[in-house]
Amino acid sequence: MLRGTPFHERTAPLCQAQNWRRWAGYLAASSYELTHDREYYAIRSAAALIDVSPLYKYVIRGSDAVRFLNRVLTRDVAGCDMHQVMYGPWCNEAGKVIDDGTLQRLGEESFRLTSAEPNLRWLCDNAFGLRVTIEDDSDTTAALALQGPTSREILNNVSDADLDSLKYFRLAFARAGNIPVTITRTGYTGDLGYEIWADAQQAIRLWDILMDGGRSYGITPSGIYALDVARVEAGLLLIGVDYIPANRALIEARKSSPFELGLGWAVRLEKGFVGQEALLEEWQRGPAWQFKGLELDWNSLEKVYAEFGLPPELPMIAWRTSVPVYAGAAQVGYATSGCWSPTLKKYIALAHLRSAHAERGTSVEMEVTVEHRRKKAAARVVDLPFFDPERKRS
Amino acid sequence: MAAEKRYDAVIIGGGHNGLVTAAYLARAGKRVLVLERRHLVGGSAVTEEIVPGFKFSALSYVVSLLRPEIIRDLELPRHGLELLPLESTMTPMPNGDYLVRWADHDLTRRELYRHSPRDAEAYDDFGKLMFHLAFAMKSILGIVPPNPTSLNPKDLLSLLKLGKHYLGLPAEQFYALCKLMTMSAADFLDEWFETEPLKATMSASGVIGTFLGVRSPGTAYVLLHHYMGEIDGVFRAWGFARGGTGAVSESIAAAAREFGVEVRTEATVAQVLAKNNRAVGVALDDGEEIHARVVVSGVDPKLTFLKMVDPQHLPTDFLHAIRRFKIRGSSGKVNLALGELPNFTCLPGVGPHLRGAISISPSLEYMERAYDDAKYGNFSRRPYMDIIIPSMIDPGMAPPGKHVMSIFVQWAPFELNGGWNDEQREAFGNAVVDTLAEFAPNLKNAIIHRHVVTPWDMQEEYGLTQGNIFHGELSLHQLFFMRPVHRWADYRTPLKHLYQCGSGTHPGGGITGASGRLAALNILKDW
Amino acid sequence: MNDTYDAIVIGAGHNGLITAAYVAKAGLRVLVLERRELVGGTAVTEEVFPGFKFDTGAHRISRLYPPLVTDLKLADHGLELLPLDPTVFAPTLDGGHLSLWRNPENTIDAIRQLSDKDAASWNGFAALVAKATGLLETLYESSPPEALSKKRKDRWAMLRMAGRLRRLGKRDMVEVLRILPMTAVELLDEWFETDVLKGTLGAAGITGIFQGPMAAGTAYLFLHQHVGTKQGILRPALRVRGGTGRLAQALAGAARSLGVTIRTGAWVERIIVEDGRAAGVALVGGEEIVARQVISNADPKRTFLDLVDPVNLGTEFLRRVRNIKFNGVCARVNLALGELPDFSSLPGDGPHLRGLISISPSLRYLERAFDDAKYGELSREPFLEAVIPSLTDPSLAPQGKHVMSILVQYAPYHLKDGVWDESRCDALGDRVVETLAKYAPNIESAILHRQVLTPLDLELVFGLTEGNIYHGEMTLDQLIFMRPVPGWARYNAPIKDLYLCGAGTHPGGGVTGAPGYNAAREILKRVK
Repeated sequence: MLRGTPFHERTAPLCQAQNWRRWAGYLAASSYELTHDREYYAIRSAAALIDVSPLYKYVIRGSDAVRFLNRVLTRDVAGCDMHQVMYGPWCNEAGKVIDDGTLQRLGEESFRLTSAEPNLRWLCDNAFGLRVTIEDDSDTTAALALQGPTSREILNNVSDADLDSLKYFRLAFARAGNIPVTITRTGYTGDLGYEIWADAQQAIRLWDILMDGGRSYGITPSGIYALDVARVEAGLLLIGVDYIPANRALIEARKSSPFELGLGWAVRLEKGFVGQEALLEEWQRGPAWQFKGLELDWNSLEKVYAEFGLPPELPMIAWRTSVPVYAGAAQVGYATSGCWSPTLKKYIALAHLRSAHAERGTSVEMEVTVEHRRKKAAARVVDLPFFDPERKRS
Repeated sequence: MAAEKRYDAVIIGGGHNGLVTAAYLARAGKRVLVLERRHLVGGSAVTEEIVPGFKFSALSYVVSLLRPEIIRDLELPRHGLELLPLESTMTPMPNGDYLVRWADHDLTRRELYRHSPRDAEAYDDFGKLMFHLAFAMKSILGIVPPNPTSLNPKDLLSLLKLGKHYLGLPAEQFYALCKLMTMSAADFLDEWFETEPLKATMSASGVIGTFLGVRSPGTAYVLLHHYMGEIDGVFRAWGFARGGTGAVSESIAAAAREFGVEVRTEATVAQVLAKNNRAVGVALDDGEEIHARVVVSGVDPKLTFLKMVDPQHLPTDFLHAIRRFKIRGSSGKVNLALGELPNFTCLPGVGPHLRGAISISPSLEYMERAYDDAKYGNFSRRPYMDIIIPSMIDPGMAPPGKHVMSIFVQWAPFELNGGWNDEQREAFGNAVVDTLAEFAPNLKNAIIHRHVVTPWDMQEEYGLTQGNIFHGELSLHQLFFMRPVHRWADYRTPLKHLYQCGSGTHPGGGITGASGRLAALNILKDW
Repeated sequence: MNDTYDAIVIGAGHNGLITAAYVAKAGLRVLVLERRELVGGTAVTEEVFPGFKFDTGAHRISRLYPPLVTDLKLADHGLELLPLDPTVFAPTLDGGHLSLWRNPENTIDAIRQLSDKDAASWNGFAALVAKATGLLETLYESSPPEALSKKRKDRWAMLRMAGRLRRLGKRDMVEVLRILPMTAVELLDEWFETDVLKGTLGAAGITGIFQGPMAAGTAYLFLHQHVGTKQGILRPALRVRGGTGRLAQALAGAARSLGVTIRTGAWVERIIVEDGRAAGVALVGGEEIVARQVISNADPKRTFLDLVDPVNLGTEFLRRVRNIKFNGVCARVNLALGELPDFSSLPGDGPHLRGLISISPSLRYLERAFDDAKYGELSREPFLEAVIPSLTDPSLAPQGKHVMSILVQYAPYHLKDGVWDESRCDALGDRVVETLAKYAPNIESAILHRQVLTPLDLELVFGLTEGNIYHGEMTLDQLIFMRPVPGWARYNAPIKDLYLCGAGTHPGGGVTGAPGYNAAREILKRVK
């Protein structure tokens, strides 16, 4: 049996379709209800409660903690203020992305790093000779994401933290009920939202406190399907789908640099870090690929389906396969995630495009399979994110 | 009647390689006769019903890396080959804990994590590197190894191509390959892991069939073999044959027969006949002579050249090299008929862990001490064991509710102090059962019958010189263009029209059929 | 100090001094910094007890790379090498003994006393060793080939090596290729039957490594120890008149005459790295010295893991350095003797005491000695290599008295239980004396003083990581282009202007000077 997360006792009875999937060796609900619609709308219009405990979490402490993290991450960790949270990738020596995650500065010399894949060995290897300790508290720390417009009110009600003053990508230590928690204003939905980190032993009580306190605000346990649509709208990368971690990729072509993933903004080339040399070179040369959004042209889509006497069939659940993208007859890229955006009312996709075809506004075509036949639908290259509400930051 | 007939080829020994050669030759239209000394074909790959109702894979017990091209070319599934998965490996530990590697990645990760969080990750990194290396090595296993001393342009070209191939590898892979060739399994694994039962169990695959300990340099290379199986993963090249290992031989024999191969059992070849420095046939021990255009020996090089060929047909240097060829046997086999399943203290009851391999290899020190005994001419008092319970995978192997257990044991030197005799065989059997009973206390009472095969028995009963299961040790100086001896690694021999096709030739070892196939292809080239 | 230097050499071991001398010879201003108060590293002679001088580090050298002696005019600086003859004397417990001599005829006569067959095999074996070592010699004189280099020059060098191998002729080539990865036991069993002969030759294949003679690669180490010696002379050994320290003094003299500045008592704490290049060193006490090049004679672990801030080195490189095996297994026991040891099997004084004295009665003896070490214990019956330099060099001991230095193996640096404390140190000394006393019973009463250097002492005194005398094990996986780590075998480092010149680099350990010589050549190539 796969493990349940620390919330499993609560989430299991809620999962009406017994629709589970694997996430880092844990069971994770794809959706709790029989369709995920309501769960998605909770993210955008109320508050969704998402169990994100399967994330890997490492606590890094020591007088060399900043030096160490600066060596590993592409971002400038020295510039990370106390109680700030930073998002960024880390790379191998060839400048290819191994993983991405958030870094919370818990104290002068202590941080929590989250990642999608296990990274303990890589971290330890890079910590050699430095005064740091790295503690893997993935199993002992439970994590919940509370995402959506009413999430602030809920947390204000159930915790002693002053969420009104907690800025985007900052954290606060607080108590919910009397459970000590860390609240970070972060998330994977591109909406106003928070992530709550607590001792796994307190997980069930924490769940209950949030559910009780959130009832009047439309709190809704939400699964991966809903989250996936939201993160595509927010233009956020999914490891293993939108890119393959460099240490898992079997061939070079499967590896990506931060520039190729649209993370150039997170690379501080002037500081020393693993992969710096390679990235400096790439930056001078210009990256071969870009990671962009595609908006499919409705008329074109309608036409493609009309050939078969059908209206467009839209992916309500985000797909995660690789789909070719063309400019004329030539393949110029591939889309790795896509879905119908219920909020934007658009069919959107995340795509890797050769730099020459990645300019905003470029017209391309994306393959769509209609009635067992491969067709091309027109699409336009757009900047990410697709959806970026004011409330996310304010 | 057979004496009247003239064959294109006569194969000495109906082991799986001999059968593969026979089948490929017959497939090319040759008239082929296989001569097998025993009453059944298969050589070391046989299933024998030693106690009524209990079928034992008497010697070889898993199908390791049977070449997919052979499965395809000979259409073995149509001839009855069914390979069943062996998906887990359990290592019980003396402290009552255990380590299991499951078929499922997440489960294995969690299990390794329990022992060492870093090892859980290193295991994936290691697997990826080994996958690359196995992929790189594959190219040499599928070809006749080029002779670096030859000035023949074909050899040179082939050598250059290989050189380019290896020097073209990414640095990390090239250096790892260099290390694999020169390091001990233990040292190599020490660079990656800290969990003792993990390292010990992985290292075991580096010493199986060798007279080396896990700390002996040169043993790291064999670690690759496990991963070679994974590349051909869809073929399930690593597994258990339904009906026991004999079923593999049976299916090859059936394919061979369909191509027209004639198989004679209970026909013991005493001598290779030669005229004008050419092999012309064989003489059986009852005096019968069988003539054929070529003679192919599937038995080991020592048996072939030192027992079957008149030395006057062979150059002195060659004979010297064959005499020097190292073929020390180091393993034994214990087959048990069981009234009930073993109940392991660390994981009690019946569970999926009994459907995979069970490895008695709790630590590197345990492995090394087991080897130390053998170094000085004793069998290990507490041996390394690789165990499977075939009846858990294929219920047809034992009567309902009963079981057979196959125990591969190392080390048991052929040159035992005082020599092997019945008393020593019993003592050896006891050492095995006593050690295993420390982990599964009900074992002793569950035994209905015990069948012990010592290296001596392997030589006498199965014709393996010194009981070496690979027809010659897989050490670096006996591999590639030096297997079995330099200049004669292309399946040819100094005696024209005499060929070799057994495990003593490149690439050697295990039920792969690779030697047999390459031999046949080369024989046909000369035709 | 206001002087600015072109190059700083960290450590005044013999290789460091050689590199310094050659680099200075090319016109660079060189400063050598030595932590101890005396130069030489392991090539030192110290008066441990009043009147008794010992070679506390290397007590013999197998060969000095020939151009060194002439290029640096070492004879003018007082170097005199004394070949030991017999090269080795090996007693056995059953009253037998064997001596190997510099004259092969004498050796064959000695072997004939034990086995006619082995005596007949000697010349053939010696010829094979000569062929194989001849090949290694070519390899050692040059920097190791960069296997993966795509540069034409490097590819050519590789092809030239292959050509040289082919020139051996088909049969010899195969034979050499065949024996390189073998075990000493396999190699020797193919040629000889006499236990003490095989044991004594095989000892050369295990000296300084954490392996027994049944381990693959020990045939290689056996050959390594014979590179550059004349055909027929096996287990060769040279002594330096006045002690091995004289070698260091000669080298230091040569270096100074070429303008090198040598500072002793200068302990380098770290290498200063600026903008990705080595810019100088900082000493304990805070002094910083700037230089264009920094050359480390310290072993690779010490250099990269202790002296350099790890953030300046790549993840994979650090991983490789951490994975270098050291596994120190040697200890030293130095005895001040009131009288000469009297061997039961060959009593009295005689030429046999002037060679190496090797307690290696059989390969099995050596393997058993290793068995104990494998599990973290001192050998119950260790392999010993002793020399009594005062016999040929009376200045080393008071009149009528003697010094005997003994290399002890196996004394593993990593003990199964505990560490090398005083009681274990004493136990080690006792074990050695007991072992020796089995062959020369008077030894116990002859001892006036005893000094024991455990592997931990070797580490502390000489800065040898884990007490490994070769700066990294000499096993197949750590040789040639894999030494010190794969990809960095050309004496350079991932940090620009930082170089290595010690025994941790190709061609490795033993007092030969070849690493230092090769390093200087590579450094000069890059500097110019």
